[in-house]
This record gives sequence, C-alpha cells and structure tokens, in this order.
Amino acid sequence: MSILVDKNTRLLVQGITGKEGGYHAKKCMEYGTNVVAGVTPGKGGTLFEGTVPVFNTVEQAVATTKSNASMIFVPPPFAGDAIVEAVDAGLGVVACITEGIPVHDSIKVMRYVRSQTHSRVIGPNCPGVITPGAKCKMGIMPGSIHKPGKIGVVSRSGTLTYEAVGQLTGLGIGQSTCVGIGGDPVNGTTFVDVLKMFRDDKETEGIVLIGEIGGSREQEAAEYIKSELKKPVAALIVGRTAPPGRRMGHAGAIITGKAARADDKIRALSAAGAAIIPTPAHIGRTVKEMMGVKA
Amino acid sequence: MKIHEYQAKKILSQGGVPVPKGIVAATAAEAKDAAASIGGKVVVKAQVHAGGRGKAGGVKVVSTPAEAEKAAAGMLGRQLVTFQTGPEGVPVRKVLVEEAIAIKRELYASMVIDGAARGVVVMASEAGGMDIEEVAEKHPEKLMRIVIDPVLGFMPYQGRKVAYGLNVTAEQVRPVADMLSKLYNIFQKNDLTLIEINPLVVTEDGRVLAADAKINLEDDSLFRHADLKEMDDPEQMDALEAQAAKYGISYVKLDGDIGCMVNGAGLAMATMDVTREAGAGPANFLDVGGGADEEKVAQAMRIINSDPNVKKVLINIFGGILKCDIVARGILKVSEENPSGMRPTVVRMLGTNNEEGRKLLAESRLKVTLVNNLIEAADALKGR
Repeated sequence: MSILVDKNTRLLVQGITGKEGGYHAKKCMEYGTNVVAGVTPGKGGTLFEGTVPVFNTVEQAVATTKSNASMIFVPPPFAGDAIVEAVDAGLGVVACITEGIPVHDSIKVMRYVRSQTHSRVIGPNCPGVITPGAKCKMGIMPGSIHKPGKIGVVSRSGTLTYEAVGQLTGLGIGQSTCVGIGGDPVNGTTFVDVLKMFRDDKETEGIVLIGEIGGSREQEAAEYIKSELKKPVAALIVGRTAPPGRRMGHAGAIITGKAARADDKIRALSAAGAAIIPTPAHIGRTVKEMMGVKA
Repeated sequence: MKIHEYQAKKILSQGGVPVPKGIVAATAAEAKDAAASIGGKVVVKAQVHAGGRGKAGGVKVVSTPAEAEKAAAGMLGRQLVTFQTGPEGVPVRKVLVEEAIAIKRELYASMVIDGAARGVVVMASEAGGMDIEEVAEKHPEKLMRIVIDPVLGFMPYQGRKVAYGLNVTAEQVRPVADMLSKLYNIFQKNDLTLIEINPLVVTEDGRVLAADAKINLEDDSLFRHADLKEMDDPEQMDALEAQAAKYGISYVKLDGDIGCMVNGAGLAMATMDVTREAGAGPANFLDVGGGADEEKVAQAMRIINSDPNVKKVLINIFGGILKCDIVARGILKVSEENPSGMRPTVVRMLGTNNEEGRKLLAESRLKVTLVNNLIEAADALKGR
C-alpha cells in the first residue's frame, strides 16, 4: 500500500499544453505514471506527445478516460477555477502545483474543497505526491532520487523535500509515499490530514515531517502525534535563523507570533515524542537512528 | 506590498471609513498651505514604510501653519531611523498633514489572513495605541478574535459583538460595527493581507475615526489591481531587496555574514540554518527560483556580492528544471566581470547536470570549495 497515489492512479493533467505542464507530464510518464488525459480549454481533440488525449473540460476527460487524479499547472489567476473544476468532476486526488494563487481565491476555493469529502486537494504551491514503489509520480519532484520503502515524508517545501529524500535514499532508506502539502498559508491538506493517512497505511512504518516558520500547523501535528500516532516521527523545522515579520519566500513562511516561530514548533514536536532532526544536514542520519534495523 | 499611511487612508476613505481630515505634502511650503487649509492644531506625519515613527521624531503636533512648515522641513529629504528600519533609516519624501483630534479613547482593530482559520480574522482590543503583539502575548484575554466565513462575509452580529466587546457607548455601537463591516469590504475588494487601525479612536466629540492605518497588499493579486500597484515605493525598501525584486529574485537581507544562494524557499531556509550551525549566520535569504537562467543567477550573485557584510558565500542547488551548469555559468560570468568582488565560496550541487556544473567551477580561477552534502558545507564554512 501507500497513500494518495499508486498503480491504480489514472492521472489527468490540467494545463498539459503549457510549457511547465507539458514538461512535467512527460517526466511523470517517463517515471512510470499512467497519464491518461490532459485538459486545456480550446485544445480538446488534440493529442499530447502523440498518445495522451486532450479535452476541453475535466468532466469530458473523466467520462472518456476514467481518470481519478489530477495535477494542475494552470496559471495563478485561473488555478482556483481549475481546482473546483477537478473537485466537481469527482477526482479523488487533486494536486495543485501552481504557485502564486491570490490568497483570497484560495480562501473561497478551500472553503468549498473542505465542505466535501470525495476529493483530496494537495497544495497549492506544492511539488505534488510520489509513491516510488508503484512507480507513480504526480508532481514535479525528480523521480530518480526516490527509492521504494517504508518511510512516509510530508513537507511544506519542494526542494527541501528533495534534500530529505536524497539523504534518505543515500543511506539506503526507501520511501512509501512523499507528499508536499505546499508553502501557502491557506491550502487543501494539512500535516494532520497526511499523518492520518500514514497512520492507516500498512506500508508506512516511520514518518518524516518537514515544517517551517509561519502558522501553527506543526503544533496541530504535534497534538495529533501525541494522542493518535504510534508510528515513529522525525521532524525538521527550518527557519530558525529567520527574523520575525519577514516573509521567507513561501507565502506562509512568516513569523507573526509565538506559534509561528521555529523554536515553539520544535518544542511542541519534541514534547509530543517526535525525534527532532537537529539540522537540515542530519535528516537521513536521524531517521536511521530512529528506525534502527527496521529502516 | 506595503503602502504609505496617506495611501491607506485614501483607500479607507473611498470605502466609506471615516479618517481624520488630512492633506499630503511633498514640500515644506505645501505642508504650510495644508495646515492653513485644515486650520487649527495639526499633526505632521512622516510617510515611511516603518513603524515607530513617533519615538523617532517622525510625528509632530503643531499649532500654526508656520510651525507645520518648520516640522515638515525637518522631516522631508531626511532619513528617518526607527526601531524597524535599521541604522541607515528610510527616506522621507512626503508628509501627511492632519487635523489634530481630541482623543477620548484609543482602540485597536485589524484584519489579517489566518492560515489556521483558512480565512480572514478580525482582531480588536480596548488596548489601542500599543504594540499589539505584546498585548497578544501578555494579555490574550484583551484581544478579541473573530473568524469571518468567506461565503457569508462579515455578519452584522459580528460587528455588534466587537463593538460591545470594546465597551463603546450606545451611540457608538453602530458607527464601530459599520466601520468594521466597511473595512472587511475594503479588505476583500482590494485583495489585502492586512488592515491595521491602531489606534481606532473615539474623539471627545463622539466621532469614530481610523486615526492611523496600515495596509498591506498581496503581491500575488496585484495583477488585478493596476491602480494599487502604482502605489509601490521601492525607495522605502532595502536597496538590494529592491534590486532583487526587479529581477524576480526572492531575497531578504539579514544581518549575518554568509551570503546564501539557493533554489527553493524551504531549502533556502534550511541553508540559512546550516550557516548558523557553522557559527556565522546568514547574510540573506535568497531563492533564485526554479526557472532561473544564467542572467538571473548572475544577478543573484551580484546582489550577494554587493552586500559589504558578506565574508563567505554558500551556494546550495538541488537541480531540477534549474540546471547546475547554468548556475555555474551565471556565477562564473560575475566572477569574470568583477573578480575582486567574489568571496570565498562553498558550493554544493546536486541533480540535473551537476557534474558539468561542478567541473566548470573546479576548472575556473574562482576560489571555490566543492562539497557533497550539507555536513561538508557546514565544515567548509567553519574553515576546516
């Protein structure tokens, strides 16, 4: 098993005819993902890479190809609309890669998304999801650094997740599923949502949680770890050297109060029993120690 | 994006929120005329993107137009240094001349985007005119917090709840509730991330006014607000940050001495933390971005080199769409145009075309230490 995506995933790509959408759709196909459809309004009836049918609407694509997951590369002004279109078409998993969606759009869209249960929206502003054991990648992460295994990874970041995965694979530690929940303050899926899925996944035996300054989702995760989660968790929080009040790249990465600070998050996670990864250089090592022979 | 107080008050006023009578002035003579036109006692306020103006001499209460002229002359064209600006301060190009109001009560109201609430949160307190972070930390019971549903919008009962919570008089309940409702409409319509009214005052004659106003716009929404985008004042930013913004580089100047160039915001923060481990601390946050080309990398390198505090540089690239050889070429371009500007550099490259990138750097004349991981990077920064 794994979470969110596996060998049964039939991926649809919204914005497949765009530069980024096309590039990553191809990379996903090369990795082994079953990309069954693309959607670009006005480009319906054409073929992507000579093999993948392109549709004008998500609904048409689902009806024809039975796709069950979507990866969104639609530009920011239209990405909120694309998310709702995917949810309304009944897709089970929707990963919105797009960065820079107006936050007021996200607030309305996520209010709608959280009011239903058939679609799980990951992101926006995220690298997506990958299950190495099923050769299924729904995202922009470099596939080659991953290795099938038992560690679930959940992170607010993109390249830092690759760093974490690179360290794990370098030590021979494989991953069950890696989920990037994104760097925006208002998003579809939280740490706790993913931790619940990892808890119920037989294949996942340990978890790496990568958080950063801003918001209080890491503290919520700590509460959940303490009360509900038996599996071992290693946690890294970055941004200890960031000053208050300044946004560090990610829209959500800004210290606006006590809970938003790295040390407060680290304290909460540590008190919840998570193994704290002391520096970004020690992700692999900490997980290895935590898992012992099991890794 | 930050804007000035006079711009914020214009937006508020257009949205029906009462503000003190005021005129913006770019010269001392204009300030004098403004004071004469407003009449009586006025306040001259330096227009800068920083808090703490009062203590820094950026707010003066005066009785006559001649005094207003003098106060404005003392501010205009100077650098104002407050606890938020750093030692070099920020330039004062305009002053706001406002009627001096007879204040009976100073209250606090703000609206922010709250990720945990997935929406807009209204905060209000009777402790107006104070540092609200401090109030929140020491007396959280004095800060009301109300979540607004994006579908319903700001409900009338929520306005009444805040007004009664602020202990205003019966006649002021409606004006306070009305102001909050209008603030929410303004917040929504203009895609704001912050409105802070501190203080929200009740005057001796019973008026309810936004006496000070801070508004932040969302950068990601500016494409649909051409009028607001024009309010940008890059002069108020750190010079290097303004330069970075022009090239679409995400850069924040910090006070350490290790310059950092990274792709990805999370990895950039992680890299900053690694420099601290080496005992030095980051001179900056810098995310060069996923789609950077050689020129953008070069521009990032020039920005780092322009910071006099930088003693060493750590470059950490996890190549994906961004290819490591492109990064190397960008760095080498800058080292050729200005060899003496380069600091000792530690480079860690992984992913797409990293062998080529490393080879280009190793074979160059640049003084560069190539490392394989972040542990080695920290060691190299320590000079081991």
